[in-house]
Amino acid sequence: MATQSFDHPFVNHIQQRGLLIGAAAAVLSGIGAFANPQQFFQSYLVGYMYWLVISLGCLGLLMLHHLVSGRWGFVIRRLLESGARTLWLMVVLFIPIAFLGMHHLYEWTHAEVVARDPILTFKKPYLNEAGFYGRAVVYFALWLLWMFLLTKWSRQQDETGDPGLKSRMINMSGPGIPMFILTVTFASTDWVMSLEPHWFSTIYGLIFVVGGALGAMALCILWVIKLRDVEVYREVDAFRYLTDLGTLMFAFTCLWAYVSFSQFLITWSGNLAEEAPWYIRRSHGGWQYIGTALILFHFIVPFFLLLQRAIKRRAALMLVIAFFMLFMRYVDLYYFIAPAFGHGGSGGLHPHWLDLAVLVGIGGLWLGFFAMQLRGVPLMPLHDPRMAETFAGEGH
Amino acid sequence: MADLYGLLAEFDGPDELLKAAKAAYRAGYRKMDAFSPMPIHDLSESMGYDKHRVPTIVLICALIGACSGFGLQYWISAIDYPLNVGGRPLLSWPSFIPVTFELGVLFSAFGALIGMLILNGLPRPYHPVFNVPDFERASGDGFFFCIEAEDPQFDVSETRAFLEGLNPKKVDDVEP
Repeated sequence: MATQSFDHPFVNHIQQRGLLIGAAAAVLSGIGAFANPQQFFQSYLVGYMYWLVISLGCLGLLMLHHLVSGRWGFVIRRLLESGARTLWLMVVLFIPIAFLGMHHLYEWTHAEVVARDPILTFKKPYLNEAGFYGRAVVYFALWLLWMFLLTKWSRQQDETGDPGLKSRMINMSGPGIPMFILTVTFASTDWVMSLEPHWFSTIYGLIFVVGGALGAMALCILWVIKLRDVEVYREVDAFRYLTDLGTLMFAFTCLWAYVSFSQFLITWSGNLAEEAPWYIRRSHGGWQYIGTALILFHFIVPFFLLLQRAIKRRAALMLVIAFFMLFMRYVDLYYFIAPAFGHGGSGGLHPHWLDLAVLVGIGGLWLGFFAMQLRGVPLMPLHDPRMAETFAGEGH
Repeated sequence: MADLYGLLAEFDGPDELLKAAKAAYRAGYRKMDAFSPMPIHDLSESMGYDKHRVPTIVLICALIGACSGFGLQYWISAIDYPLNVGGRPLLSWPSFIPVTFELGVLFSAFGALIGMLILNGLPRPYHPVFNVPDFERASGDGFFFCIEAEDPQFDVSETRAFLEGLNPKKVDDVEP
């Protein structure tokens, strides 16, 4: 039988280092915030969205796992639950955007700009500060509710072994998926798309949903590889599911390319004055290289690598690929968000040290918090009735 | 003995079949096949069938499909019947991507199906193992393992003794 509580030197290491480095980088970012608040909030939004989207990806995949219950899902369920529980941290980290950075970031919060601009005046019933706050409360409330109940029941299942909890988690996850896609769509519209308030794209939210699932899957692959010598993982031969997880990462990579290209194709075909500038801004001043790099390294290279089963079976290679995908997720979000700020009027590509400081700051805290959630609970679910069915009938 | 296709042993279940296949491979047999009513994990790998050629065929077909999809559109809209659509360049590659993608998918589906059929030799109305009366249970509850006479290491009495040693339900001669 599996050990009850889970304690692993790597997890402890990540928790300590994560919190330490995260705190140090956060202090550094804080100093930068006084020197250059404008730049700080721009960097903060990119770093915050990067980690938030991964937290949400974990929640989304967790609900997907409850609905489809494949073997891969039981192997990474605890990782997904811990990732979803970082939403507590992300609520706190949203405060700087909502209460301090709003006027630095969103031009539609300036009454005189809105008054001069007929399009912004037209959008005002939706795009206003009260609506922004109200909707943010609703998004977080819904995400936390689903995350809280799903992780709570999962832990109860470990303790009591009550078979009824299984159907409760499934019934919660069913409506959870449409809730998730709708709230992520609205949240990405409010927090990111409205940086360029004249522009709109209806597939935008789906790009965030898919990007989150991709990032969460890459993160789970890293952890499964790092923890593969843990007893409960050895018992089920978790390493075998690396191929499945790699295939899912491949699927999300393709889906990302599909939704991203759809947005581009629709905008390009329409060639309208409100839509086209988003891509025009992203094809000048250095951004064109980022865009090309995204096509090459966020899609084509991982596509051909992950197509090969031999690669998906090799831990050392998968470690590199998963890490690389997490890096490309940041490049993608940077390409989505940063050009909107039109750095120094030139609109060109101007990376700033604060971008890195905030990314590491939030990332360190995120990973530390994640490791903290992972400790002390069994790494594999103990009493899910579906596990016996899924892991039975296996030739060895 | 040239008038023998091989020897067919029947086993109790999937685990016994897998063990027999592994033992035969270790003993040096190569020309062999296993028959089971359901897929058994690792069975084909344990007999040394670890080269999968269908994926390569699918990849080549996908690339041919994608190239023909793109080439077709390029030839039509830039060479054979150049048409000015909204002032865009004749080689407007973004609008070519959906058809390129779909043709890649179509060709790889053909490649997967046809490649699989060519490589495994199906459909095959006659096979010597059908001569064994009980073999029809291979699609019900029978787990069979066959070592073919073509195998260089094959010897009727030795191979029979080897199969008997694997604890089968029974061992049958297979007429060609």
